[in-house]
Amino acid sequence: MAYIGALVRLSAQAGYYAFVSPFRGRPLRLDRAFAQAMEVGVRALPVLSLITFFIGLILAMQGAYELRKFGAMHFVADAVAISMTRELGPLITAIVVIGRSGSAFAAEIGTMKVNEEIDALETMAISPVQFLVAPKFIAMMLMLPCLTIWANFMGVLGGSLFGVWKADFSWIGYMHATMDALFLRDIVTGLIKSIMFGMTITAVGCSEGLATGTGAESVGKSTTSAVVVSIFLVVIVDLVFTTIFFFVES
Amino acid sequence: MTAPLDDTGSDSMISLRDLRVRYGEREILHGITMEVKRGETLVILGGSGSGKSTLLRTLVGLEKPSSGEIWLRGKNLAAISDADLDEIRRKMGMSFQSGALFGSMTVGENVGLPLREHTKLENSTIEIMTRLKLEQVGLAGFEDYFPSELSGGMKKRAAVARALSMDPEILFFDEPSAGLDPIIAAGIDQLILELKQAFHMTIIVVTHELASAFLIADQMVYIDKGYIIAQGTPAEMKANPAPRVRQFFDRVPEPEVEQELDYLQMLTADHRRVRR
Repeated sequence: MAYIGALVRLSAQAGYYAFVSPFRGRPLRLDRAFAQAMEVGVRALPVLSLITFFIGLILAMQGAYELRKFGAMHFVADAVAISMTRELGPLITAIVVIGRSGSAFAAEIGTMKVNEEIDALETMAISPVQFLVAPKFIAMMLMLPCLTIWANFMGVLGGSLFGVWKADFSWIGYMHATMDALFLRDIVTGLIKSIMFGMTITAVGCSEGLATGTGAESVGKSTTSAVVVSIFLVVIVDLVFTTIFFFVES
Repeated sequence: MTAPLDDTGSDSMISLRDLRVRYGEREILHGITMEVKRGETLVILGGSGSGKSTLLRTLVGLEKPSSGEIWLRGKNLAAISDADLDEIRRKMGMSFQSGALFGSMTVGENVGLPLREHTKLENSTIEIMTRLKLEQVGLAGFEDYFPSELSGGMKKRAAVARALSMDPEILFFDEPSAGLDPIIAAGIDQLILELKQAFHMTIIVVTHELASAFLIADQMVYIDKGYIIAQGTPAEMKANPAPRVRQFFDRVPEPEVEQELDYLQMLTADHRRVRR
């Protein structure tokens, strides 16, 4: 619980430096946030595309296994579309980003801690949260929803491969079926979750990095725990928000 | 260019009153009281684990004292708001033992960083000032190199340039010559002397290199196990009769266990305890 409190405090500080202090004459370093966004978002595209494409394909096959018993193969498009946008798109994206960026945040900040660079920032009266953490928050909160939209699209594309191959869909027909199955709220709830995931991953990665002790070994430890804790907390956040959406939407 | 740190006109720059620092249960500094005068170079000497680095970290606000006072510019660092501490830190420069340059930035960006964060100067002005600072430490023309492309001595010099970038009134050095060959180390000493003469900076150096200490110091403080056990000018220190100080200056190792039999018994006793 104290750990969660520390994460919330770090997020609040980063939020202050990202969204409040720019209006008090402390300009935001957008170039740093932009560089982070490139690293977090654009460079993740190839691996994320491949993974979500296959996930879409797998979902279609798993769905078809059950659906064909009822002669309802044409619902494959609905099954893929809804499970991707509401759940797997945001979740798989989060897990890929944890592996790529959450671990990198912890390693980067942890190494800076070991090399006295964090101390150096403080003695120069530069807040490490403002300088290092805030740009990462901005980058993640912008890029995770974008990546999630892309992941949803690639998942549907993967599903359509099976749809055309085994479920008598045409490409156009599959896309139409997907459009008909989806409501805007399916996509929006997924995106809300992805923003929360982004905050969680950044908070965990950065606070593990800042909590690094001394020596190279402790950097490795912070990186490992950043990944493990992030995955756990992302699932918890997912559970909480899915529960909320379940009761709000019904 | 900047207002003096101490507006009262007294010549004391930093004064410590019964300063105590603890990590968890363990007290590292047991009541340090001392004075640093404006424009003076103070060398803090002591063996490994004596608490001298902790003292330095406390002076720059990286460690909070558990009790006592640190007076600087009419403010007590032991009970100061973060905003006031940042204000004071802008007049301080610190050169870390490892250099602590940011690996993802060039040397020029490292040196210009405090100016870019704290002033509204044009980029071109910052570039000129950066070049000036690098020239001061003998690194002109290296602004586009990355820290990983520099040698150990050059990294230290670049770190000094960064510490100088806000024209500080107090400069702190943590082990400036550790890990450098004698020629490069002498160069760093020379640099410290030049800074003192040219800018009348107050300089505080933590070191255990004796030759360097006697060369640059106006005042010396010897710390052992968290206590100041000797202080004075280099000449006074050389004449100090305290056994611990003599041992340090004369490079005498810790006494060995005298009786070989005792030593054997100590070993076997430990051995038995482990096996039991």
